[in-house]
Amino acid sequence: MTASKTTGRHADRNGTGQPMRGLLNADIIRLTLRAAMSRRRALLFALPAIILIGISALLKGEAHSAAWPPQVLGTVGYLILALTALIVGGSVLGADIDDGSILHLLATPVSRRTVVLSKYLVAVVLTIAFAAVPEYLAGAIATGASSRLAVGLLAGALAGCVIYNALFVMLTAVFSPGQALAIGLLYVLLWEGLLASLVPGVSLLSAGHYSLAVANSIAHNAALHAYLNLGTGVGMGLVVTVGSLALASVQLSAFSATGDVS
Amino acid sequence: MTTIELRGVSRWYGNVVAVNDISMTIGPGVTGLLGPNGAGKTTMLNMIAGFLPPSRGEIAVAGQRTWRNPAMFRQVGVVPERDSVYAFLTGTEFVSVTARLHGLPDADAAARRAIELVEMSEAQDRRIATYSKGMRQRIKVAAALVHDPEVVLLDEPFNGMDPRQRLQMMDLLHDQGGQGRVIVFSSHILEEVERLSGMIQVIVGGRLAASGDFRAIRRLMTNRPHVFLVHSSDDRSLGAALIARPAVSAVELTAHGLQVRASDYGTFTREVAGVSRDHGIRLRQVLPADESLESVFTYLLAS
Repeated sequence: MTASKTTGRHADRNGTGQPMRGLLNADIIRLTLRAAMSRRRALLFALPAIILIGISALLKGEAHSAAWPPQVLGTVGYLILALTALIVGGSVLGADIDDGSILHLLATPVSRRTVVLSKYLVAVVLTIAFAAVPEYLAGAIATGASSRLAVGLLAGALAGCVIYNALFVMLTAVFSPGQALAIGLLYVLLWEGLLASLVPGVSLLSAGHYSLAVANSIAHNAALHAYLNLGTGVGMGLVVTVGSLALASVQLSAFSATGDVS
Repeated sequence: MTTIELRGVSRWYGNVVAVNDISMTIGPGVTGLLGPNGAGKTTMLNMIAGFLPPSRGEIAVAGQRTWRNPAMFRQVGVVPERDSVYAFLTGTEFVSVTARLHGLPDADAAARRAIELVEMSEAQDRRIATYSKGMRQRIKVAAALVHDPEVVLLDEPFNGMDPRQRLQMMDLLHDQGGQGRVIVFSSHILEEVERLSGMIQVIVGGRLAASGDFRAIRRLMTNRPHVFLVHSSDDRSLGAALIARPAVSAVELTAHGLQVRASDYGTFTREVAGVSRDHGIRLRQVLPADESLESVFTYLLAS
């Protein structure tokens, strides 16, 4: 085996000794995107979206009441959005942690905040593609492409993509990927699905209700059951998003390879 | 001179102590971390690489703290034990991405050189998913070397390699150490360490059992007391005869025969047949009872 003096040299080897900063890293974004789309379950991302659009088309043809679009798209549509974000947001970082490939990213001088934000961005974009856009298409089929409801649902869904993914990326950084998935499911189904509709105060801590607040600010539709006003929804959404991403960055900085003690 | 410094380093998980009060300085050249499975080698390497905080003590690599210090990886390359690489990438893509993440000005050229170094040029355009385990190990080493680090940490780097690949990797690491880099690798296989490194750190049960030149430690291992299981036509009489010999330090009569502790391996194995014959005892079995690596390590720890 040849062994000449090796390889590359840092452009800034004699620099400040600081980690490489910058909010986003194009290589991590590309890597994360390819990893997400190369998994077979990526095909499953599209399935709920197709079902939602199918339901909308079916009800448009069959239903006699005009009340179903906000009811169905505000509940089923946003539930699909939350679950898609759970799968996508939970896997962009969680899959790397699960199989140990995260060590290859962490064994570089890239700041941990950059790793988190780059992966988060991919999760948001994928969730928009597989949940927010289909939500808009379903709304457009039901009430027209430029209807207040369709546009409002899209705006709410975009907000949901931002907030939910921050939350689920944070959960995978704090807990093991399996635990994060279980906690995320409980949050979406139990906390948001059941308690938030029964106990009014719970909606203050519900990403789904922040999304509905944004949607209702445009749609002005009581059937959406938006309990929060726009200011509260956006404010709380911002706090949850920024707080979650900050916590995820701190947690990843303290990432411990605890899987093996040999 | 680049060094790795550990001062009073311990790491525990709840009540389990994985690494216990280890202090050492590792300088340029190849150093082997030797120890049985579960000895704490991976825990130590993880702490040195900044992937685990010590519960107590201090670690510095090239003068820098390791925990929560990503900037350290400008000088450090890591080859984790887990066979977890981005399998959907080709070898070239994987090493190039790593080079760019290190901020190298000409990442593709650096990746090419690193891949040549590990002799993976022929397979560089194949997806890693198609690689054998040995090839994955080599591409991981290429990624760890791509930024020309001063310190390289490798956790069980020879796992999954065939004998030819092992020799190639040993040559490579030996040359890298010869160029003044600090190369630290872990292994539970004595022969790997023997071939590759002059300096070893023997870890047993989370403690530093021996440290220094391999040849001196190897001598200590060979000259240690040995335990034999002996079975004969008259174990009691043979036991009495053997305990009278200076090469034997203890004899125990057990249900399965005699357990003989020899203080001098060579003398005992030469004498045992003669002693039996002199006493008219038929020797049926002489088995070394503690030839496992674990027993060697345990002895080093006790001594």
